[in-house]
Amino acid sequence: MPDTRTRLRAPVLVAGLVVLVAVLLFAVLVGASDLGWQRVLAEIWAQLTGGQSPLSAREAAIVWQLRVPRVLLAGIVGAALAVSGATFQGVFRNPLADPYLLGAAAGAGMAATLVVVFAPAVSGWVVGPLPLAAFAGALGGVGLSWLVGRSAGGSTSTLLLAGVAVASFLTAIQTFAQQLNTETIRQVYTWMLGGLNVSGWREVLIAVPYVALAAVVLCLSARLLDVLALGDAEAASLGLRPGRIRLVVLAAASLATAAAVSVSGLIGFVGIVVPHVVRMLAGASYRVVIPLSLVGGAAFLVLADQLARTVMPGELPLGVVTAFTGAPFFAWILRSSRRRFS
Amino acid sequence: MFRRIAPLFAVLLVLAGCATRPSEDSTAPPEAEGVFPVTVAAPGAPAVTLDRQPQRIVSLSPSATETLFALGAGPQVVAVDSASNFPEQAPRTQLSGLSPDPEAIAAYRPDLVVVYADTTGLADALARTGTKTLVMPDAKTLDDAYAQFEVLGKATGHQAEGESLARQTRDDIDKIVADTPKRSLTYYWELDQTFYSVTSATFAGQVLTRFGLTNIADGADPTASGGYPQLSAERILQSNPDLIFLADSKCCGQNAQTVAARPGWNTLTAVQRGQVIALDDDIASRWSPRIVELVRTVADAVARTGA
Repeated sequence: MPDTRTRLRAPVLVAGLVVLVAVLLFAVLVGASDLGWQRVLAEIWAQLTGGQSPLSAREAAIVWQLRVPRVLLAGIVGAALAVSGATFQGVFRNPLADPYLLGAAAGAGMAATLVVVFAPAVSGWVVGPLPLAAFAGALGGVGLSWLVGRSAGGSTSTLLLAGVAVASFLTAIQTFAQQLNTETIRQVYTWMLGGLNVSGWREVLIAVPYVALAAVVLCLSARLLDVLALGDAEAASLGLRPGRIRLVVLAAASLATAAAVSVSGLIGFVGIVVPHVVRMLAGASYRVVIPLSLVGGAAFLVLADQLARTVMPGELPLGVVTAFTGAPFFAWILRSSRRRFS
Repeated sequence: MFRRIAPLFAVLLVLAGCATRPSEDSTAPPEAEGVFPVTVAAPGAPAVTLDRQPQRIVSLSPSATETLFALGAGPQVVAVDSASNFPEQAPRTQLSGLSPDPEAIAAYRPDLVVVYADTTGLADALARTGTKTLVMPDAKTLDDAYAQFEVLGKATGHQAEGESLARQTRDDIDKIVADTPKRSLTYYWELDQTFYSVTSATFAGQVLTRFGLTNIADGADPTASGGYPQLSAERILQSNPDLIFLADSKCCGQNAQTVAARPGWNTLTAVQRGQVIALDDDIASRWSPRIVELVRTVADAVARTGA
């Protein structure tokens, strides 16, 4: 049984926010192009105080149109995936649950592939067709899993199994579509690896409303998740409707996941690793885990993206970086806390 | 036009080059059917011995398809893969060069199959049906491409045409390069919208190196990432290339306008001065005789670009 006695103490949250701000600042100062962190700092100061900019127009564009939106987007995506992961783990009472459960990733991948294969040259849209399709696909995948699961009884385990079936089916459609047009495989593949290298303010604006909405809903539902963690019978005995709570929080988490997937592709392990670390450090109450997962997920993915864009001369796929750092870490967590999960 | 003068070339070439093989000028008919059996190998590929002139060729490589038709072996080609979209009269099928299916290929009763890679044991499978497989790997240099023209000519009984095609292509390209003013310019070559690029170590990169251009994707080691690194937008902006070549215009609808609309790209010299060149994706990615068209496009762009 999770420890519900812990409360989110203000100092913990403040410490988390301080770390996040430091990480954000570091990521903006140091990037793939060598502008010199002092000059970037001077540029930020100049923008804040209305002073003389030390950068050329192109250098300023690198900072304000490429680097700042990319760093912010990494934070938004990380926060979305981590808080979704925490939510899925709570709803399914399964520490291995992740935001891509219930066909979100498979639906997004299928829809993105269909767009690449059948509408390759669509350009000049206000919103790119790929993120739009990924968003719709992710929501569609979750919706389908929900419908199938509900018609089979609606318990958490049938919902999970429905998700597995739906995901397999959607992935099969995706593979079939790829076979029809092998030339598009790399385009889809690049997207599947996850990355933020083409992101700008537009992607930030796409993702912010959904992630913000989900964050608010999930923060407000944290207490309900704590009750749900005790079991459906206990929740019902306290006058709550487990089914309805589950629907609301899963919808919010899926919305955040879909928004993240649509702008960044598939980035694994954030949703599993971050909530676990938060639990280890600050306790298992969702009133702690939800807000700290938002902050921690943001910091984690900003740092991971920092590695992705600076560790090699070229770009590394962000999904590869999170798997590289996240998977061993996760294995270590499993080992060191096996008693809790067994 | 070319096909009509090709036999003439053949005779001239044979006359000029017969010193080592004096028997050829008496045996070579006007069609220059070549001498079989013949053993051929493209640079970096295993040798294949053909006992007689192939009459039913299946080409699973767009580059090879273009070359076969350019050197007059088109009438012998019975099927080409789904990506071979040039020339118009090439008999396109649903065959795939990426994951070739021996049974589907055998249905065309070929006596020669041309592929760009044999990673699936295709040659062994086809050998059991008595079919020879000629592997034409990705050309790494222009010389590789010329050598492939000669190999395909020799293998199909168009040896003289193969040699003249190689020579003609080499001469054309050398002349275009020589006629183009030398300027120290930098360029960015875009493969897709996620900024995958090529370095100077690739075939495309080598072509542009002929013009003395500097590739912004060349890091300390141009062979890193197999020559196909993914660049960051930051790095492209900071490098501020003089020329931008888009090899993703047909596939992905990219052009000067879409490039200018990307965040921050309007600050680039190439965008401001109209030096963003949308290439034909196919021509830009194949080592066929049409490489001359690519070279000409690059030459025009270099010539237009102020020093």
